[in-house]
Amino acid sequence: MHERSLGNRLFGIANGTVLILVAAVMIIPFIYIVLISFATEQEVLAKSFMLFPTKFSLAGYRYILSTPILLHSLWVTIGVTVVGTLVNLLMTVLMAYPLARKELYGRRLILLLVTFTMVFSAGIVPTFLIVKGLHLTNTYWALIIPSAISAFNLIIIKNFFQQLPDGLEESAKIDGCNDLGILLRIVLPLSMPAIATFALFYAVNHWNTFLNAILYINDSRKWPIQVLLRQIVILTEKGLSDMSEAPPPPSKIINMAVIVFSTVPILAFYPFLQKHFAKGVLLGSVKG
Amino acid sequence: MNQVESEPALAAPACMPKRHRVGLRLLRDKWLYLMLFPGVIYFVLFKYAPMWGLLLAFKNYQPYLGFFESEWVGLKHFDRLFHDPVFWMLLRNTLILACYNILFFFPAPIVLALMLNEVRREAFKRVVQTLIYVPHFVSWVVVVGIAYTFFTLDGGLVNEAIASLGGEKINFLISTEWFRPMITLEVIWKETGWGTIIFLAALSGVDPQLYEAARIDGAGRMRQLWHITLPAIRSTITILFILRLGTFLDTGFEQIFLMLNSINREVGEVFDTYVYTAGITQGQFSFSTAVGLFKSIVGFVLIITANWLVKRFGEEGVY
Repeated sequence: MHERSLGNRLFGIANGTVLILVAAVMIIPFIYIVLISFATEQEVLAKSFMLFPTKFSLAGYRYILSTPILLHSLWVTIGVTVVGTLVNLLMTVLMAYPLARKELYGRRLILLLVTFTMVFSAGIVPTFLIVKGLHLTNTYWALIIPSAISAFNLIIIKNFFQQLPDGLEESAKIDGCNDLGILLRIVLPLSMPAIATFALFYAVNHWNTFLNAILYINDSRKWPIQVLLRQIVILTEKGLSDMSEAPPPPSKIINMAVIVFSTVPILAFYPFLQKHFAKGVLLGSVKG
Repeated sequence: MNQVESEPALAAPACMPKRHRVGLRLLRDKWLYLMLFPGVIYFVLFKYAPMWGLLLAFKNYQPYLGFFESEWVGLKHFDRLFHDPVFWMLLRNTLILACYNILFFFPAPIVLALMLNEVRREAFKRVVQTLIYVPHFVSWVVVVGIAYTFFTLDGGLVNEAIASLGGEKINFLISTEWFRPMITLEVIWKETGWGTIIFLAALSGVDPQLYEAARIDGAGRMRQLWHITLPAIRSTITILFILRLGTFLDTGFEQIFLMLNSINREVGEVFDTYVYTAGITQGQFSFSTAVGLFKSIVGFVLIITANWLVKRFGEEGVY
């Protein structure tokens, strides 16, 4: 189709090379951290710096597995992510569907009020006082309920529902289906790719939650993995030393192992959903 | 069947009193209202109740007195705010970081999307896309953790590279000059790949015949880029740029909070982190609410102006 001139080919090669470099810059840090997390104690102590370990060991991971507080915080994060994402999807879909029905009385007012929360927020202090007033602080629900619906995702899912053909709903009504039945039996099955995308976005937010955790959870035994991770990797290099009986391997290995440990579970879902999420992001640009 | 028969009845009689019609509609859509209920409660409780709590900014909130009993102080906190040198430091830091972000981060996804658009091999393009989206899914704690690993003074890859080239090691993590470049670099690393999605979508809508026609007319790749590709994403760039101006003051709490330490605080503290420190950790609830309210109002005005500008440019507004 296109010209195979020397200039064009050189351009293509240069462009491809730069893209490979960009992709490398974004991926190599992860690879480096995985490599160092498998290093041996002797090697880390002997060299001030290394590109890659020559001997492999599982010391870092063995240490993590023998540290109850780390395992516990991972379970906290898994639990909050699973329950939180289910709550997110339930609340968002239930609210988005009625708002997608143009004949609903009061729909415009509710949409206006939802949109307003996207451009004006009360800020963290009044929200904190409400959450505290509801006695949610220091419970796992504080990580789930205050972020139950993202107004942005709600509007996008509403727009998506609006694009579905109206005829389906009407024929279901003639068959005697009520509105909840229409949502469950007709609208949702047609929307699974979009729902999967938003499940991923919500789940990533829960997995990575940090601000809500430092706001609402004081009790260190209830910390999700991200807060503990900050404690270990960023605040102090010896954060774990008094938490386990076993002699700790050099902190660098632990740091790297903890990063891997807290990142791999969420990245594991990414390849399965990748083909959907570009579409999910773009649903946002459809006006309704 | 009942419902279908009742529908024309709803639409037809214009003589029916309005209240009656509304009542019928509410009854007909009872399931829909039931579904709306939890969501509405959520927005009232966690979005609108806190707005009412903004009144704290005009009170002297004492936890033992509670919200209602605390004394009204009018604009005292705002008076203190505008006379406090801390306010000007916060404003300066926030604005400078926002400018860095617009100058260095904003163009990055556009350039990367244009480069990806030039790739002819679909498989190669897809592999690159898969890899560059990954950092978006990682938490700020991990990104800052990775930055610490690479930029630390002892054994960090970057400083070792500088040392082996004969340079002097730089303490990136606790230096005031390097705070802003580090923040911007981290944002570029994390979000550039993800940011390409919207531009690539705009580019995929370009009619391939345009390129073909341009080639027949003898246009090289650069001229095709200039006359076909760039005009195709111009409106997307305009909208995103204006919207970015609308959220100018949003510097992102988590990243900055994680990068802050006692040494770089004077260049790094921004509105969001200050509200957290003063309000939640030091308990100055009323004063920090006032700081937050100031930021929210300025942000609101900026967004409304930005949206108006988008419409002026002949595009559909976002709100």
